[in-house]
Amino acid sequence: MLDVIKEISGVNPRKCMKCGKCTAACPAFDEMEYHPHQFVDMVETGRIDELLNSKGMYYCLSCFACVERCPRSVEPARLIEAVRTLALRKQGGDHMTPDMVPGKLDENLPQQAITSAFRKYRK
Amino acid sequence: MTYSYFPGCTLKNKGRDLDVYGRAAAEKLGFALEELPAWQCCGAVYPMAKDEIATRLSSVRALMAAKEKGQDLVTLCSACHHVIKRVNGDMQRDAAIRDKVARYLNLDTPYAGETKVLHYLEVLRDRVGFDQVAKAVSNPLTGKKIGAYYGCLLLRPGKEMGFDDPENPCILEDFIRALGAEPVIYALRNACCGGYCTMENRDFARKQVDKIMENAKSQEAECLITACPLCMYNLRENATDGLPVMYFTELLAKALGVD
Repeated sequence: MLDVIKEISGVNPRKCMKCGKCTAACPAFDEMEYHPHQFVDMVETGRIDELLNSKGMYYCLSCFACVERCPRSVEPARLIEAVRTLALRKQGGDHMTPDMVPGKLDENLPQQAITSAFRKYRK
Repeated sequence: MTYSYFPGCTLKNKGRDLDVYGRAAAEKLGFALEELPAWQCCGAVYPMAKDEIATRLSSVRALMAAKEKGQDLVTLCSACHHVIKRVNGDMQRDAAIRDKVARYLNLDTPYAGETKVLHYLEVLRDRVGFDQVAKAVSNPLTGKKIGAYYGCLLLRPGKEMGFDDPENPCILEDFIRALGAEPVIYALRNACCGGYCTMENRDFARKQVDKIMENAKSQEAECLITACPLCMYNLRENATDGLPVMYFTELLAKALGVD
């Protein structure tokens, strides 16, 4: 599983030097049960099953603040995306389904919101 | 100068103003945006997973269409720009992705990222020049205090986007100055608006926008400008007590007297 995550993300979590800048930069860290620096550590130590069941990882905004500020180019957002992708690719693993969308629509909601949410929450 | 132009889905619908004012201003400034004839949705988010190829193809098709015409490819929407620019970078730097794409699309010659991707703001800065923009202004916005809201997608990751300094950008401030207004610098101008998480949890998105608005107001901004339809939505719809927000192209059109 760790190898698959490394392949999908193209990132080596062992380069992390535990400085915590990613979590300090993350606008969603408070919504995540595993903060970005902990997430990286858990990937490195193979605690993938716990991560696959994380609800907080769906709060990663892909804002790339952690990617920009990581001094070791570990790029936590790529690791979170890789684990999220594995969870979504499981049968029945979609986090958002089409029947959930009508209730979220309003007259100003841009197409971009629906498209990006579907790309991020559904495979 | 004529550019290939990729408007994207939202600019044909809820984000129409970003497109309409952008086209009108381009005409006034003397460059032409030639819409690609058969573009497809960029997907709105860059596929970070390296094994996802299909989600990169619409960008590659647009990039190849511009290459065929021998034109640079211009974008207006931050999300389209982010996706197309980064996919182009993949095609330049990642041999595995380049190879898989070539096989998906059955290409004799693999596309290797030859097209130059420019955001409309980069055209103004690097091709037209902000000095020339300033000369074309007929209705200067003197005395108006405007906050630039960059958000994430134009700036980060800085190494891939190459747009501006991702931590201390100035392109939008220079743009505001060119129109005769006064840019307001505030710390959260490159913070995230909550993005697509507004579909997941609106209260969470609201928290992000409230922080940004409070910060911009503390520096006495009168309004904000953005280049992203989703930022626009979040800033307008999720703010508890927000400032007015408009697309940067609307401001440009106003200053050029073409609105």
